[in-house]
Amino acid sequence: MRAETGLWIAQRASAAVLALCVLVHLLTIVYAVQGGLTAAEILGRTRGSWGWAAFYGVFVLAVAVHAPIGLRAVMRETLGWRGKSLEAAVAASGLCLAVLGWRAVAGLFA
Amino acid sequence: MAATTLDIALWRGDAAGGAFQRYRVPAAQRQTVLDVVTWVQRHVDSGLSYRFACRVGMCGTCAMTVNGKPRWTCRTLVDAAAKDGRLEIAPLANLPVVKDLACDMTAFFDKWRRAEGRFRPAPGLGGDFAVVPPESAARRQAEAGIECIGCAVCYSACDVAAWNSDYLGPAALNRAWTLHNDVRDGAGAARLKAVAGDAGCHSCHSHQSCREHCPKHLNPTASIAGLKRATAWAALKGEI
Ligand code: SF4
Ligand code: SF4
Ligand code: FES
Repeated sequence: MRAETGLWIAQRASAAVLALCVLVHLLTIVYAVQGGLTAAEILGRTRGSWGWAAFYGVFVLAVAVHAPIGLRAVMRETLGWRGKSLEAAVAASGLCLAVLGWRAVAGLFA
Repeated sequence: MAATTLDIALWRGDAAGGAFQRYRVPAAQRQTVLDVVTWVQRHVDSGLSYRFACRVGMCGTCAMTVNGKPRWTCRTLVDAAAKDGRLEIAPLANLPVVKDLACDMTAFFDKWRRAEGRFRPAPGLGGDFAVVPPESAARRQAEAGIECIGCAVCYSACDVAAWNSDYLGPAALNRAWTLHNDVRDGAGAARLKAVAGDAGCHSCHSHQSCREHCPKHLNPTASIAGLKRATAWAALKGEI
């Protein structure tokens, strides 16, 4: 498969996932704030919940796929940065987002 | 409020650089921007270089940057383009200048070739008349982009072409899309591969500057979106 086509598919697919995740996330925040849930109450609901862990796990994955591909395009166009060093840098940024995000998810779960 | 003379700034120079020069040109009714440039060349400086052929919006050779916007000059009335009787006319952007208002179109048309922008007869074509149902979905898609005159106005208006000199650009990709939808054409996956490269259809930001400026009211953005979909399906099916 041509790399650009693969990245485009990944970008589109992750965008679709993100659209859904952001909506659910926002509704969750509104619910928590309006309901006056404390941090302890929120953790009480997320601890041990595979459902929330899976949801936020997928959310993080979609971010970690989507953001670096966009960043790659920005770097190529505005800085003219190309080639292996750019691919390595955007892959590292994706990895960074995934690790930090999943760490936060683990904090909610465990 | 018709001015009797126009205040014209023409870009004069070559690949090494240049500057605008001012001219006073008599105003006339239904005068086009190309008429103005021609008047300067006939009456003031026969050394002024620019390009045109048909003067009726068919050949696509007369495009220039008029008051900051790429336009076909033979079909652009001074009344529609001038601000307070003033016109600033420069060569097209995103292409190297040969001299004055004439650009080097080589890169532009090389990209049509790189995008497989030529007809490749399908195997067995020519045995009998090819039947192309006018109402078929593919023919309608091709129809929408077929009237391109190769003027490079869209290319000049495209920011991605400015940022990345390798970008195939709206015209070449629009051409590839019309051929992709030509049932008589046999290039298939080879063309999709050609437009799916490093600076191909996926580089387009869909910001529609090409569509906004195309004098033929084509929509290269939609053609490019079609190529993105077609290449995605072809990739998922393992064809490219
Ligand atoms: S829509 Fe795409 S091709 Fe058209 S001007 Fe924008 S980036 Fe260029
Ligand atoms: S798509 Fe429109 S603007 Fe671009 S070259 Fe063809 S006719 Fe000119
Ligand atoms: S001179 Fe032919 S399109 Fe303008």
